[in-house]
Amino acid sequence: MTEPVKDAVAVPAAPTPRTNGRPATQFVRPTFAGLQRPSNGSINADESNSAPHPAAQRDPSRFAPRVAQRRFIASAFAALCLVATLIGVVVLAALLIDIFRDGASRLSWSMITGFPSRFADRAGIGPALAGSAWVLALTALFAFPLGVGTAIWLEEYAPNNRWRRLIEMNIANLAGVPSIVYGILGLALFVRVMSLGRSLMAAALTLALLILPVIIIASQEAIKAVPRTIRLGAYALGATRWETIKHQILPVALPGIMTGTILALSRAIGEAAPVILVGALGFVAFIPTNPSDQYTVLPFQIFNWVSRPQTAFHEVAAAASIVLLALLLSMSAIAIWLRNKYTRRS
Amino acid sequence: MTAPRASLPTPAHDSRSWGEIGLEKRHSNERRIGILLIAASAVSILTTVGIVAVLVFESIGFFAEVSVWEFLTGTRWTPLFESKSFGVLPLLMGSLLVASGAALVALPIGLASAIYLSEYAQDGVRRVLKPVLEVLAGIPTVVYGYFALLYVTPLLRTVWPNADIFNAASACIVMGIMIVPLVSSLSEDAMSAVPRSLREGAYALGATRFEVATRTVVPAALSGIIASFLLAISRAIGETMIVTIAAGATPQMTLNPLRSVQTMTAYIAQTSMGELPHGTVEYRTIFAVGLTLFCVTLLVNMVSGVVLRRYREVYE
Repeated sequence: MTEPVKDAVAVPAAPTPRTNGRPATQFVRPTFAGLQRPSNGSINADESNSAPHPAAQRDPSRFAPRVAQRRFIASAFAALCLVATLIGVVVLAALLIDIFRDGASRLSWSMITGFPSRFADRAGIGPALAGSAWVLALTALFAFPLGVGTAIWLEEYAPNNRWRRLIEMNIANLAGVPSIVYGILGLALFVRVMSLGRSLMAAALTLALLILPVIIIASQEAIKAVPRTIRLGAYALGATRWETIKHQILPVALPGIMTGTILALSRAIGEAAPVILVGALGFVAFIPTNPSDQYTVLPFQIFNWVSRPQTAFHEVAAAASIVLLALLLSMSAIAIWLRNKYTRRS
Repeated sequence: MTAPRASLPTPAHDSRSWGEIGLEKRHSNERRIGILLIAASAVSILTTVGIVAVLVFESIGFFAEVSVWEFLTGTRWTPLFESKSFGVLPLLMGSLLVASGAALVALPIGLASAIYLSEYAQDGVRRVLKPVLEVLAGIPTVVYGYFALLYVTPLLRTVWPNADIFNAASACIVMGIMIVPLVSSLSEDAMSAVPRSLREGAYALGATRFEVATRTVVPAALSGIIASFLLAISRAIGETMIVTIAAGATPQMTLNPLRSVQTMTAYIAQTSMGELPHGTVEYRTIFAVGLTLFCVTLLVNMVSGVVLRRYREVYE
């Protein structure tokens, strides 16, 4: 199939060196390769230097479109790609069915509000759910202003200098740091140095740092999308930079910022690895009431139950997973709703 | 700017014009805000500094007791045993085994999905499939871990009855599926950026869709595709919960995916759950392994960035 393409490319290139056998003397080119080897005095001398394009040698009558064969390959490939795409869908379905089959029977109000127990049939996720809610709120409290502030600075204030490029590169790199490394940072910095211990506060600070790059990048995109004319209009009316941002840019960019923030927060409450390091507990028999309390969160509770050998605990883990998935799905739904509302307006 | 005017002082007792009123206040406000925003953006720098400082500081303590050479070349990792051995290679091998297994699953599926979504799918189909793949990316890793241990592993063991209960293969498969959306969405973005004229040129020469996809679009988007591969691999190396739950806790140098292995991330997670006394060499292994993990993922991410920047084909 490349044959026709190659031929097509070769056609304009081939005739240029050939000059229909005119004598070499007509050329006035001092560094011409042919002049150094005047063996036959013709232009063919330099042709022997560079091998002609294979397409130029080929017999044109041998062009074989092989249309039927190529069409077959094309449709086979299309089917293959479709199958590959569907693998993702099928696995997602298998995962959801598996979780629901294992956990649906254990799902009940008393399980959602109950406390963990040594006995699987009495174990509940109350403290874990409360812990996740606390972590969600505190993480948002830290990460949202920092993330949006950084994005505003980068988009509206920062001169296009080395410091700004450094920060942007740094944010891109932070986004690729494994979540467990943030856990190590939290363990050393928040749990030990700031001696917050195994508290909700330590977990929330760690997760806030984890999702900060995501919020910054999403907010930058949202701010970038605000038309320049709005800025210019505000400045023309005498508004200062911050007044323009506060009254004109942020209101327009807010839905986009919120969408990014909600998605980032849903990542934060789905994470188990960093909270393992900052000391979530597998067994918390009380509802945390302030940020310095010990805690557990839903993903960690699930992990704790999955790691036990008893099948009964696996069922509770599946039921807890259903709750977690429902929570994340509703957060994504809010984010998607916001995004759609936003895109329709502009 | 009508809103702030209400808070401005009335000009009756003031000889200045409306425009001058509150100007100083507004300007000092402006400076304060600027400083606050710079402080916010400094947090991201401080995070990086914090990560590097913490990892390096504790690792220095670790390497005071264990030689760097032993750490990097030793083939036994038994820091919690009576006879201690601190060779990180088994953990590194475990991470690479699982990540390459995951890549083997994710790269072909992800690339084929991206080709399908960008070259074949009609708008309606794309509108359904893309959110489904996004959901796949949003599932918590601990749920994937559950799925790997309690669904995929039993399935594997019906085919290979001698596979360990905790084995690398189930972690590879599930992690591969987890990173498919990353590969497919980034690759699709790269392919969508290939201009229409290139495709139409190929079609005009008589190419089929397969030929357009594989000989025109994929080569043109290659830098983006390879960058997405590398990012996915780095994500797989850094992924913790799936391997902690499903791949086991046996640090060993094996290429057999049916055996139990321990990755760097799983070691960190599993070790930090036990109460390790602060300041001991066992505690510091977390940081030394963390530093290794950080360096490996950073390296892969940076290569990905270089590929993206240096080999990008730019079209008008």
